Amino acid sequence: MRIRALVIRIIRQFLRDKRTLAMMLVAPLLIMTLLHLVFNGESYIPKVGLVNAPAAVMEKLDSDDTKLTEYDSEKAAEAGALEQEIDGYLVFDGPIPKQIVLEGSDPSVNGALMKWIQQAKKQLSPSQGQMELTIDYIHGSEDMGQFDFFGPVLLGFFAFFFVFIISGISFLRERTSGTLEKLLSSPLRKWEIVVGYVLGFGIFTMLQATLIAWYSIYVLGMLMEGSFIYVLLITLLLSMTALTLGTLLSAFANNEFQMIQFIPVIIVPQFFFSGLINLDTISDWLSWLGPITPLYYAADALRDIMVRGQGWDAIYGNMMMLAGFSALFIFLNILALRKHRSV
Amino acid sequence: MIVSIQNVSKRYGKNEVLKDINLEINSGEIFGLLGPSGAGKTTLVRQLVGLEVPSEGENYLFGEKMPSLQLIERIGYMAQSDALYTELSAKENLEFFASLFGMKTAQRKKRIAEVMELVDLSDHLTKLVSNYSGGMKRRLSLAAALLHEPELLILDEPTVGIDPVLRQSIWSGFYDLKAKGKTLIVTTHVMDEAEKCDRLGLIREGRLIAVGTPEELKTQTGSSTVEEAFLAYGGVQYAN
Repeated sequence: MRIRALVIRIIRQFLRDKRTLAMMLVAPLLIMTLLHLVFNGESYIPKVGLVNAPAAVMEKLDSDDTKLTEYDSEKAAEAGALEQEIDGYLVFDGPIPKQIVLEGSDPSVNGALMKWIQQAKKQLSPSQGQMELTIDYIHGSEDMGQFDFFGPVLLGFFAFFFVFIISGISFLRERTSGTLEKLLSSPLRKWEIVVGYVLGFGIFTMLQATLIAWYSIYVLGMLMEGSFIYVLLITLLLSMTALTLGTLLSAFANNEFQMIQFIPVIIVPQFFFSGLINLDTISDWLSWLGPITPLYYAADALRDIMVRGQGWDAIYGNMMMLAGFSALFIFLNILALRKHRSV
Repeated sequence: MIVSIQNVSKRYGKNEVLKDINLEINSGEIFGLLGPSGAGKTTLVRQLVGLEVPSEGENYLFGEKMPSLQLIERIGYMAQSDALYTELSAKENLEFFASLFGMKTAQRKKRIAEVMELVDLSDHLTKLVSNYSGGMKRRLSLAAALLHEPELLILDEPTVGIDPVLRQSIWSGFYDLKAKGKTLIVTTHVMDEAEKCDRLGLIREGRLIAVGTPEELKTQTGSSTVEEAFLAYGGVQYAN
């Protein structure tokens, strides 16, 4: 069987090229780990100055969430803030703070500080009858980090990215080294070449999809409300579109460098429309781009499963879109091969 | 007659690569296409294997019009570039190509041993192609083209980068194939190699300027070598 021969050859090439195999399997894990660390890093501990605070208040506020420094006068505290020894200070009049001054140059620090002050206020004046609020979340929780929200998109993106690059360059090499013509001067049909590639690469793609999904969810502890099988299925279908798109676009590149040039044109824009940035905030004249990118559907489906814990009904439409993209790209691939042999 | 090229022209944009070529190649002969690089030899043979189509005119192989999928199995083609998978061993390359022609395991094994013997690479069967020298790759490409025992072999510069001793042995391999009734079309720009062909077609700037046996070409122009004959025909071409 000719397709089988093609598949076996691709597997053999892959196993010989350890570095490419590693790039496909290990690199995504490395990047996911890095992103996990970057997004879910420890929360910032604000450094707060207290001016004229009574000893009782000092004791009450002292915790691991903050680093307190005592000042005798506002002037001394202001100097401390200017030197960036503290992020801000509270000026007390008796047991109640009357003024808050923030150093203010870093918004994320401001946020952390304000959050701490909200809590401090509650601690200082429970007697004033403030309500204890319990906060409920429909999706996620107080513990939900940014990584949990971005995670599904990133998972899809890196699966897409690596498969696109590796399959595209492999097929391009087949074109430039003359082996594609060798294949076309054999009885191999054009569709058999495309199907052979989809199957041969599909095996490694499946391996990669499983590995990324398993690692992100079970090792990095990404939020996972739904079923793992669905995540696998979505990632696999997305990788198929990456595979078929990569081989298709290789027809429009003359060398590896030109293939790499597709990254900013084809890959990066998809990232922006994949739901990482709220689509409602993107200008109308641009937002139509979202629905023509495969990653848009995959990211939505992955979030439905991983964050919202939904099932097949929710992702069915998105899955069909991904399958449709793959089918379209396979068809265009066969057409593109006509350039080399018209029958 | 196995190949018939009828009024074939080929243009890429305004650039005319082949100009009204008419040529017939007989069954069982070694036909050489001789000409400087850029003359259009490769374009012509690529049309014969179906990788290109003429802008005008037709190519007939085995009495059927090319390109045709049915004919592909009867042709063995060796391109100018070594179309090999360098990550794989010689054996794995040949196994792959043999499978494409639907060969079964036993036959595959036998044919691989035979063609590797012919190109004198039997000792390097399991070596990775990336460790092959240029000449070895050339010979392996040739082996790949011979694998499925095609009736017609189209070889584009088969002996480039191969040393004289080995070239001799490869040519004796060609004569063996001819003795088995195969037809060979060989392109070359090496004049002494041209002498070894049964008949020659001289190509220059996309035109077929002369066809005949090396002896005929020499006597017609009163020259002692094919090289002189080629220059004589070329000179006439310029004079006109």
